[in-house]
Amino acid sequence: MLISITDLRKTYRMGSVEVRALDGVDLEVEAGDYLAVMGPSGSGKSTLMNLIGCLDTPTSGEYVLNGQAVSGLDDGELAHIRNREIGFVFQTFNLLSRATALANVELPLIYARLPASKRRRLALDALERVGLGDRVHHQPNELSGGQRQRVAVARALVNRPSILLADEPTGNLDSRTSEEIMALFDDLNASGNTIVLVTHEEDIAAHADRTVRLLDGRVVSDQRGGARRGRS
Amino acid sequence: MIWDNFRIALQAIRANKLRSLLTMLGIIIGVAAVIAVVSIVQGLDHVIATQFEGVGVTYIMVLPRQDLQDPDLAGREVTLTYDDGLAIMEQAAGLELFNPVFYRGEQTRSGDRRHPTMLLGIGPSHQEVSNHWVDRGRFFSDLELHRAARVALVGRKVVEELELDEPVLGTDLIVGASSFTIIGIMEYKGEMFGQNQDDFVLIPITTARDIYGVDAVKQLRLDFKASSAESVDLAKDQIKEVLRRRHRIAEGTKDDFQVLLQEELLERIGAILGTVTSVVGGVVSIALLVGGIGIMNIMLVSVTERTREIGVRKAVGARKGDILVQFLTEAVTISLVGGLIGIVGGWGLGILGAKAIPGFPPAHVPLWAIGLAFGFAAMVGVFFGTYPAAKAAGLDPIEALRYE
Repeated sequence: MLISITDLRKTYRMGSVEVRALDGVDLEVEAGDYLAVMGPSGSGKSTLMNLIGCLDTPTSGEYVLNGQAVSGLDDGELAHIRNREIGFVFQTFNLLSRATALANVELPLIYARLPASKRRRLALDALERVGLGDRVHHQPNELSGGQRQRVAVARALVNRPSILLADEPTGNLDSRTSEEIMALFDDLNASGNTIVLVTHEEDIAAHADRTVRLLDGRVVSDQRGGARRGRS
Repeated sequence: MIWDNFRIALQAIRANKLRSLLTMLGIIIGVAAVIAVVSIVQGLDHVIATQFEGVGVTYIMVLPRQDLQDPDLAGREVTLTYDDGLAIMEQAAGLELFNPVFYRGEQTRSGDRRHPTMLLGIGPSHQEVSNHWVDRGRFFSDLELHRAARVALVGRKVVEELELDEPVLGTDLIVGASSFTIIGIMEYKGEMFGQNQDDFVLIPITTARDIYGVDAVKQLRLDFKASSAESVDLAKDQIKEVLRRRHRIAEGTKDDFQVLLQEELLERIGAILGTVTSVVGGVVSIALLVGGIGIMNIMLVSVTERTREIGVRKAVGARKGDILVQFLTEAVTISLVGGLIGIVGGWGLGILGAKAIPGFPPAHVPLWAIGLAFGFAAMVGVFFGTYPAAKAAGLDPIEALRYE
C-alpha cells in the first residue's frame, strides 16, 4: 500500500470556534492508482491534500506513506519527504518567474543536493517527457498557460516521486488546454505514476480510475472504475 | 548549493537594479569613506616615514623653550648658545656631530623681485647632521666660515621666487640689508604638510653673528647627530643634564629647552593620524549601521514579495536552513557588492582628494584596508540579513503558497 490513512483528523481554531477540517478520514491508495478527490469548498479536500503532501501535520490519526509513518515527523524530515516522495502540481502553476523552464524543473534536484550536471540531465529528460524539449530556456512569461503547467508537471516528475499531487491543475486553463494536460496525466498514470487529483469538475475527475468524495471532513463515497475516457 | 544561492542573489539584485543600488548606498558611502581616508592617511604616513628616514633616526634637535605662561620661565632670559652645544659635545656621550643653527625670517631681494624666506646661519657639519646636501655648487669652506664671508646657499623655492637667471651660482642676493654671493643650491626636498621644504637661505653662522650681533645668536637651535640609533635615548638624557647644569635650573623646575627626537616626532604624528582614523572609523560605523538597516528593510520587503516563491521552494523540498542560507546569501551579496563599489569609489575619492589638497602626497590603499572593508561589509550583511532570512525560513508553506 502506497498511502494508508486511518482516522485522520485536522482541527483548526478560528477564534473560539473549532473547525474540524478533517473529521476522521480513512483512505488507502495503491501504487499506480489514479484517484480524484472531489467535494464542495469547505469539504476538507484541500486540507487532505496538504496532509498527503506533507505540507501539514494532522491533529490526530495515522498517515503511512510508502511504509513510513509521517504523522510525527519534524519540519526537516517532512521537507525531505516532500522532496523525494511527492510531486506537486498547483492550480496557479507556481513557477519561479525569473527562472527558465529548465531552472524551474531543476529546483527539487537542488534541494536533493544533486550535482549540477546530473540536475541538468534529469531536468531536460523531464521537460522532454512533457513535450517541452524545445522550450527549456524560456521563462514562464514567454510560455502559454498550458506550457507553464507542463513545466510544473515536469518539475513534479523530475525527482521520480511516489505520488503526483495535483490541486485543481486545470483550474486556470481553457477547456482545450485542460484536455491536453489531462491527457498528459493519463499518459503518466499509464506509465506507472500514482496520481492524486483534487478537483471540483466532474469531467476532469472522470479521467481518474477512482473518485473519493468528501463532505464536511468525511469521506462520503469511494467509487472505483467507471467513467475514465480513452481507456477500456 | 552555495553557488546556486549566489546566482539567485545576483539575479534578485539585477531584477531590482535601482532598489538594490539605493539599498547599497549606506554601505557604499561607509566603505568609500573608510577607503578614502585610509588611502590619504596612508599616503601621508608613507611620505612622512620616508622623509624622516632621510633625516635619520640619529637626528636630535634642541630648541630653546619660551613660554610666558610658565612661571618657571617667565622673567628669565632663555638662551641656547654655541657654547652650550660645545659643552654638550664634550660632556654627553653617544654624539657624533653638532651643528648650531641661527634662524630668523628675512626678506630676500634680487633686482626688483622680493621674497620673504627663512634665513639659517649654520655650522660646518650642517650637511651631515641634517642629511641635506648641496646639489649644485659647493658648501662653505672652512675659510669662509672662519672669516664670516658673505656667501649663501639657497633652496630651490628661493631660486624660483626670485626668478634668478642662470647661472645662479655667483649671482648676488640681498638678504635683509646685506649682500651675499650664491655659491650653491641645496638638493630638492619637496613639500610636507603643505609646507615647502626648499624655501630657505643658508649662510655661515659666523656671518650671521657678524650681521645680527652676538646677542642675536644667543637663542640657537642645536642639531646633533648621535653615533647610533641605540645611543639616542642616552644622549637625550645627557643633553638635558648638561643643559640644566649650565643653565642653573633648580631641581623641580622645568627645562628652558626642549630636546626633540626624530622617533618622538614620528610617534606624535602617528598618534595624530591614528586619531583621525579612529574618528572617521566612528563616523563610518554609523554609516554602516544605517546601511545595514537599509539592507534589513529591503530584505524584509523582498521576503514578503517572494512569499509564494518561498512556499514553492518549501513544497519541492527546501528545508528551513536552505531558505535561511538563500536569503542570508542575498543580504551578504548586496552588502559585498556595495562594499566593492565603495572600495572603488573611495579609492578614486582618495586619489582626487590627495590631488586637490596642495602639497599632499599621493593616496595609497593598503591591502588590509580592502580586506577590512570587505570583512565589515560581509558582517553587516550577515548581521542585518539574519532576521529577514529567519523570517523567510519560518514561513508556513501552506500559508506561503496561498499568499497573493
